[in-house]
Amino acid sequence: MSQPTRLIGTALGLFLGSAGLIAAQAEETLTVGISQFAPTLHPNIESASAKSFVIDMAHRRFTSFDADWQPVCLFCTELPTLENGLAVLETTPDGEDGIAVTFTIPPDAAWGDGTPATTRDVLFTWEAGRSEQSQFGNLQMYREIYDITVVDDKTFTIHRNRVTYRFDMINDLRVVPDHLERAIWEENPAEYPNRTLYVTDPTNPGLWFGPYRVTEVESGAYIVLEQNETWYGHPPYFDRIVVRTVENTAALEANLLSGSIDKIHGSPGLTIDQALAFADRHGDDYNIIFQEGLIYEHIDVNHDNPILADLRVRQALMYAADRQTMVEQLFGGYQRVAPTSISPLDWIYTDEIAQYDYDPDRAIALLEEAGFTDIRDGVRHHAETGERLSVDFMTTAGNRTRELVQQVLQSGWSDVGIEVVVSNQPARVFFGGTLSRREYTGLAMFAWLTSPENVPRTILHSEGIPTDENGWAGQNYMGFNDPRVDELIDTLEETLDPAEREPLWHELQRIYAEQLPALPLYHRADSYIMPLWLGGVVPTGHQYDTAQTVEYWHRTDR
Amino acid sequence: MGRFLVIRLTQGMLVLAAMSFLIYALIGLMPGDPIDEMIAANPHLTSADAEALRQRYGLDLPITERYGNWAASALAGDLGYSRVHSVPVLEVLAPRLVNTLILVGSSVVLAVLLAIPIGVYAATHPYTRTDTAVNLMCFAGISIPPFWLALMLIILFAVILGWFPAGGMLTVGDGGLADRLSHMVLPVATLTLVTVGDYTRHVRAAVQEQIRQDYVRTARAKGLSQAAVVWRHTLRNALIPVVTVVALGFGNIFSGALITETMFAYLGTGKLIYDSILGNDFNTAMVALLFVTLMVLVGNFLADTLYVALDPRISFASRSA
Repeated sequence: MSQPTRLIGTALGLFLGSAGLIAAQAEETLTVGISQFAPTLHPNIESASAKSFVIDMAHRRFTSFDADWQPVCLFCTELPTLENGLAVLETTPDGEDGIAVTFTIPPDAAWGDGTPATTRDVLFTWEAGRSEQSQFGNLQMYREIYDITVVDDKTFTIHRNRVTYRFDMINDLRVVPDHLERAIWEENPAEYPNRTLYVTDPTNPGLWFGPYRVTEVESGAYIVLEQNETWYGHPPYFDRIVVRTVENTAALEANLLSGSIDKIHGSPGLTIDQALAFADRHGDDYNIIFQEGLIYEHIDVNHDNPILADLRVRQALMYAADRQTMVEQLFGGYQRVAPTSISPLDWIYTDEIAQYDYDPDRAIALLEEAGFTDIRDGVRHHAETGERLSVDFMTTAGNRTRELVQQVLQSGWSDVGIEVVVSNQPARVFFGGTLSRREYTGLAMFAWLTSPENVPRTILHSEGIPTDENGWAGQNYMGFNDPRVDELIDTLEETLDPAEREPLWHELQRIYAEQLPALPLYHRADSYIMPLWLGGVVPTGHQYDTAQTVEYWHRTDR
Repeated sequence: MGRFLVIRLTQGMLVLAAMSFLIYALIGLMPGDPIDEMIAANPHLTSADAEALRQRYGLDLPITERYGNWAASALAGDLGYSRVHSVPVLEVLAPRLVNTLILVGSSVVLAVLLAIPIGVYAATHPYTRTDTAVNLMCFAGISIPPFWLALMLIILFAVILGWFPAGGMLTVGDGGLADRLSHMVLPVATLTLVTVGDYTRHVRAAVQEQIRQDYVRTARAKGLSQAAVVWRHTLRNALIPVVTVVALGFGNIFSGALITETMFAYLGTGKLIYDSILGNDFNTAMVALLFVTLMVLVGNFLADTLYVALDPRISFASRSA
């Protein structure tokens, strides 16, 4: 063997040898691949699915929904109810109806540095969250809680100035450690998001109290979580979990196949069509779960557009869209056609509503009834006004699935004489301005991610219509305004008895299906690609990630 | 020389100032601002909250005033915080610059080292089978999309052969030199392969042009060997246009590896700029883009300086006259 050949051989041996060593070390490590990096790790500032995934392993919400979509205590000992006396109706100091709800932190709960997790942490979090300088999410919840009574180190009572059926849940009140964060907050509340230890020292053990704690952060690349010695619950199985970010999904797949990562997480991970293609090629080698959930893909309709303001046109759009074939052909039947924004998996769902099975003849009849009888160059025109039946159709440019769906819909609508002008925009522009300022003129396709039995106040209530006057706050981008819907939403929130809420939900769905404030498409499914040896991962299908039960993830081959 | 430096420095400062305003204005004019994004993410924000946030971040001011504030802070050494990363911009940018410099610098050096001998050989053996093969390979290198090449290399060397990691910059828990080098192999190979074709074509064309010059005929007439004629006499002149291509591409070093960086999850500047623009991270995008502008100016300056070193007919005096 020549000298250069020997050198190359030695170098190669070193590489392969080191790879073998790494593989041996990695036996107690689970490496998960996701396609986005978590922004700030502060539990209450900015929200993103990548962040929820990481934080839920090292931190817990007081309350959440479990995999069966039922409310559950994660950082409390018992869910408050009126029956068990932990929730008591009361009158606020302003004379309004209010409610006092008592929670108890698990007795052994402690931060990673050994400091007990107490009501002091709750008080600090609430104070910071309701401050005028707060940049926490869900300000509404912090402000609804007008007082907190401390019972002892572990028990506290929150006093809410509104009585809603979700009085038992404080999912977004995610405690931060008083002993580490208060001083930073008090020094300069406005600069707190940049100065919090979650940003400047995220591996500080005192910031975490979950089964794992963050031990290494390489911004944009990976986050390492290791077992938290002060965790009070079921001991986790894996010593270490590494969350790696590979933003290109083709490269993410290749990383999985090469063994660089063990599992691709559902969200943010591969899209359903990518996962289906992967399943075709490698389905036998991996456990692939398609979890249907609460991501509602739909088309917002701008009701200020005179063409689309006509209910008959909206109904015609629905009848001319072959949604069933679309979900079967594009998504292998793993996604379900959405009757309304309410998922058929949610207990409040009813199927006794208007249905829009594919029926192009009925679509044509509706369009003719609406006056669009004159067909020129394949496009309908209004017989009296001569108005061309043409609408703009926007979605996020570069989102392959949406663009594919858009083409299918465009084709179906073209067949009945509706001209659709596609004008897609990058997500940043689409969500950053076009939607939120209602600058789209026709149709806008995107998705909402919700939780079980979620009241669509911000989306359907007329007070949620973004305007210049309200600073473009709200998410009723459609401009939908129906007094009965407003009334239903108000009543729903305040109806505590589920049996009384059910008919209200059904009526809301009936109105949605009849009035079509938006055009329902399908409920999306997340795809989880896991090694055959991984057990205990139970996808939830809602916005509260499966990582909230990470301590049960384990190897099934040992 | 002194006059030349003063003129170029002044020009550079003016260009930087103009670019800073242009970039700031373009980013500012893009639809949506960070508060719109917050409203979209948090439906419970009231109009008063939104207004308060806009005031806090100075987004309620006219763009010229905002730019003035930014420029004053920047001149005082405060480049601001990255909104996405929640740390000072330089803390995000500096390591990314180093990473990109290593990645793209290695690939440029490798590409030049490969392109010179291949280009010279092809130029001195024109229209042979080897030359045709070199040309074909060059066009293939220029034409192949980097993302496809990267994916093929990942599949071949990471998935099938398992020789190198599929992405990232190090193995968590290792991070030794061998580990880091092994992570560099595929991204450097991708960038080298997509660059070497272009460089080789330039070298080949430049050498072929020089070979036909009278001074080369004279050198041959003096009885010099082919190697001496090519490497000692021809190459120096032939390198002038090649230097132009490489030096002018210097600025692209920091922004042009976006696709390769994304495919290999490599933390570089190109990806940082892309993410910061999409993520409404004004400060980071501003500073990173300005840095790229600075690098382009430095590249131009280097090209001018190298001309003088390579071509005795050019001097600083004649340029500044």
